[in-house]
Amino acid sequence: MSSEKKNRQRTIAVNALARVEGEGALHLVMDGSNVKEAKLRIYEPPRFYEAFLRGRDFREVPDITARICGICPIAYQTASCYALEKAMDVFDDVQQLPGVQVMRDLMYCGEWIESHVLHMFMLHLPDFLGYESAISMAKDHGDTVKQALRLKKLGNQLVAVFGGRAVHPVGMCVGGFHRAPQQKNVLALVDETKACCDLMCELALFLAENIDYPDMQRDYEFVSLCPENEYPMNLGRICSNKGLDVDQADFGNQIQESQVEHSTALHSVIKRRGAYMVGPLARLNLNSDKLHPRAAELLPKVCKALGKSLPWQNNFLSLPARALETVHALALAADLLAAYQRPTPSHVNITPRAGHGAHGTEAPRGLCWHEYRTEEDGTISMAHIMPPTAQNQLTIEADLREMAAQLVDMDDQAAALRCEHLIRNYDPCISCSVHFLKFDRQFITQ
Amino acid sequence: MPTAAQPKLAVYKFSSCDGCQLGLLNLEDELLTLVGAVQVAMFLEARRDVLPPPYDIGLVEGSISTPDEEERIHQARRDCKTLIAIGACSTSGGIQALRNWADVHEYARTVYPHPEYLQTLETATPIAAHVFVDFELRGCPVNEKQLLELIAATLIGRRPHIRTHSLCVECKRKGLPCVMVSQGLPCLGPVTQAGCNALCPQCGRACYGCFGPMEQPNMSAIGNHFTSKQNRNPREMTRMLRLFNGYLEPFKQASDKYEQREKK
Repeated sequence: MSSEKKNRQRTIAVNALARVEGEGALHLVMDGSNVKEAKLRIYEPPRFYEAFLRGRDFREVPDITARICGICPIAYQTASCYALEKAMDVFDDVQQLPGVQVMRDLMYCGEWIESHVLHMFMLHLPDFLGYESAISMAKDHGDTVKQALRLKKLGNQLVAVFGGRAVHPVGMCVGGFHRAPQQKNVLALVDETKACCDLMCELALFLAENIDYPDMQRDYEFVSLCPENEYPMNLGRICSNKGLDVDQADFGNQIQESQVEHSTALHSVIKRRGAYMVGPLARLNLNSDKLHPRAAELLPKVCKALGKSLPWQNNFLSLPARALETVHALALAADLLAAYQRPTPSHVNITPRAGHGAHGTEAPRGLCWHEYRTEEDGTISMAHIMPPTAQNQLTIEADLREMAAQLVDMDDQAAALRCEHLIRNYDPCISCSVHFLKFDRQFITQ
Repeated sequence: MPTAAQPKLAVYKFSSCDGCQLGLLNLEDELLTLVGAVQVAMFLEARRDVLPPPYDIGLVEGSISTPDEEERIHQARRDCKTLIAIGACSTSGGIQALRNWADVHEYARTVYPHPEYLQTLETATPIAAHVFVDFELRGCPVNEKQLLELIAATLIGRRPHIRTHSLCVECKRKGLPCVMVSQGLPCLGPVTQAGCNALCPQCGRACYGCFGPMEQPNMSAIGNHFTSKQNRNPREMTRMLRLFNGYLEPFKQASDKYEQREKK
């Protein structure tokens, strides 16, 4: 039997990776326990944002880039706004405008909450508990699903109070916000945010205590924003655990992007070093000392339940990392909401100029970095966007290679499920992760 | 438990951002009821299992922009009794339809070092340009309540209540001051279909037309107002009209006219 297994060449092909922001597939060729090929194919139809942004007015950019992703429009809007505020030389003015940064942080908290909760409970948890979907899971874990829907709804409400709606909100603009909401509308969310924070603390412990996390240690280079005094979200230098420490504008120079035939997402590597990881695990490992006190007091309990202290080198633990970040976002939101004062004015006026600016913010699934160049009248002449899932692509492939050794003794269906599960660890932007796995098994006779 | 009588719902994705199908999952209060009323037969974003066709209702998100999608949409039509296009991409081509006025090969060279690896069409087009569509729900993104109304109406076999009048009606009902009159902003509200609840005027900004043209909009009247009263130049006019629903007549026709003027 064992010799037959060793000689068995099999191809694990996932023809439609569902939970990625767009469409992807997985292709793994194994010969016995040797991996011959591990490819994450991203075949999401190219939409050419960086091409058609040229010639647009800079004020239109945040509305346009939001449409890259329906799950994390705030990540695109904030990165576009900060980068263009730098290009227009008003970045500091906007920072000094009382209340505007608070509004952006609150909206981003909302996006982290809705996106993290959607991913944790609707998309990722079914993998750990052995269900094909949250719909099936709801039959046995109805209360958990209902609690998750309550949290997700609050996240969406936080986005909507500042942006009008949860998907492609309209409130934010280059220079600040078109208009700030009335204080009473904002304060109306305080109680529910606090209640949701308590609920999420319980759920975070539930996730840490009741789930058996697969083991897979790897020596990742974790990359995230690292602001001095706060957990990363909108601002800060970009750092890693292996010595990267650069200003926002410099990040592009550190990264080499390349295209491979099997993907419409460009692969990113840190020059002279290689693949890296962005996302909740990277943020938590690099910034755990800056978590909100509510999340900080939970951290040792979660670590104890998992039997693992930080840094976590296992991306299956991205689930508890997301849970801690959700507690952080809820607790931070509760504080900021309660202290909200309606900013007037809500934006700075901008005189267009020729300029250049780059900025990245922390999308729920990792650093989303933008760079723009403008002409004198504010027309965009160059746009460059590095979304998180593209940056993680090579790391996902390396994970698949590493994990392949564990798949040798599994039957095809279990092996395929494990591969899907691994890819979902990365919360590839709206998650249509690896469904429709097809297995062709070939036996090589010697 | 699913029963044979439960209608089967399928959700398809083509070139898009996933935001409109997310609208389904954003119906937090109604989601579990909805899942009880239909059998979710195919919805990659939410579940792994796929039930075999035929499906009673197919919701289609996204535009057709690759050779593969051109094939798949015909199969989707064959598999669904009722096929509904949801969102700007599937009803107008979406923002990616900007390539329809450009050279897609130049676009590809701009973004990718190896454009020859790509499989892409010269155009991004709405679903109705390829197959018969039973209903088109506008919006970038769709309004979730409209989506729910549409599904409910389809399930019980009545006409959905979706207004096709202009955004101005919605704006006036809310008693909002007109941003065009009071601030001189280039608001597309008078020619844009209602449905978003006048979000942009509520934020004190001009409507940018994410629900596409209303039924029979007066494009020349609003165009004349923008060019003569607000001194907008043809380039601004073209840009304004060519956004998330730019490839939809009559926005397309009007923007083509301003582009001609720009070139003169």
